[in-house]
Amino acid sequence: MCTYLTEKIEISGSGKGASGWFALRGATVYFDHPVHAQAEHTLNIDFVDPGKGPSARVAVELTAESARALAQAIETTLASVPAGLAE
Amino acid sequence: MTDAMAAGTVRITGHGGDDIEAYLAQPLDRTGFGSVVVLHHMPGYDEPSKEITRRFASRGYAALMPNLHYRDAPGASPDDAAAACRASGGVPDDRLVGDVSAAVSYLKALDSANGKVGVIGYCSGGRQSFLAACKLPLDAAVDCYGAAIVRAPEGLPVTMTPIVGLAGDLSCPLLGLFGEEDKYPAPEETAELSAELTRLGKEHEFHTYPNAGHSFFSVNRPSYRPEAASEGWERIWEFYGRLLAS
Repeated sequence: MCTYLTEKIEISGSGKGASGWFALRGATVYFDHPVHAQAEHTLNIDFVDPGKGPSARVAVELTAESARALAQAIETTLASVPAGLAE
Repeated sequence: MTDAMAAGTVRITGHGGDDIEAYLAQPLDRTGFGSVVVLHHMPGYDEPSKEITRRFASRGYAALMPNLHYRDAPGASPDDAAAACRASGGVPDDRLVGDVSAAVSYLKALDSANGKVGVIGYCSGGRQSFLAACKLPLDAAVDCYGAAIVRAPEGLPVTMTPIVGLAGDLSCPLLGLFGEEDKYPAPEETAELSAELTRLGKEHEFHTYPNAGHSFFSVNRPSYRPEAASEGWERIWEFYGRLLAS
């Protein structure tokens, strides 16, 4: 089904889209039909800058297993950063 | 018959007087044709949906698919527009009805159209097809695995509220095509909808295919099930042939 379920957060950083690098202002996270991935549903993340229009977007579509592995890898990486660098 | 057709982007005046784009495909080798409004799925106004629109023209119908995400991202690629629409909460029901109404008017005004118009929608468009048929005077409606008609899973936004309460206003026969392995809508939910339509005396015809889940018509997705899709298309041609063709 089309779930419409969407988590939206504000973020700070940069991403590389179709027109090159741009500053990221937000991310939407949802579990729904992918555009490109060969799966019925995927965990999708759009890194965006709404102020630059809908094409200012870096998109990923991950299987649920891959998304969990990514989340774990992010947590593991951040946990291993020396004190004071990632605060 | 020469099988000649024309297809391309047109502009229509949608809900609220908004100028939006739509994809039109129509046969060139006949007159007196019926028409179909095509409602795309949540991934948007994409190439597979345009192929579906052309498929109706190849069978002798004029077909028009409004870009339901156009306002959220004018001129953007379909996937970017779908993402923008999602971020803003999805397609509001009243906007959908207004856009379908505009598409119906456009099709009825085509030279050589016979004035009969049906609607078909896939996935989220399945629910929207049912909604449009309850809100507008139409001649035939097809719901391909639309969820959230009878009940919505918890947590969905207001744009996906159940609409089975509108069934008494259904203006035309309804063809429902579903997968036995689908969870949204599950066979129990579509059976519930069928029972309600029977209770209300509303003409309908539901088919639930084995070995098929959601999106079994989508030829570019792993959910594609050729047997269910082929049988489903045959039911659509019979249904529209009876209700829309001259």
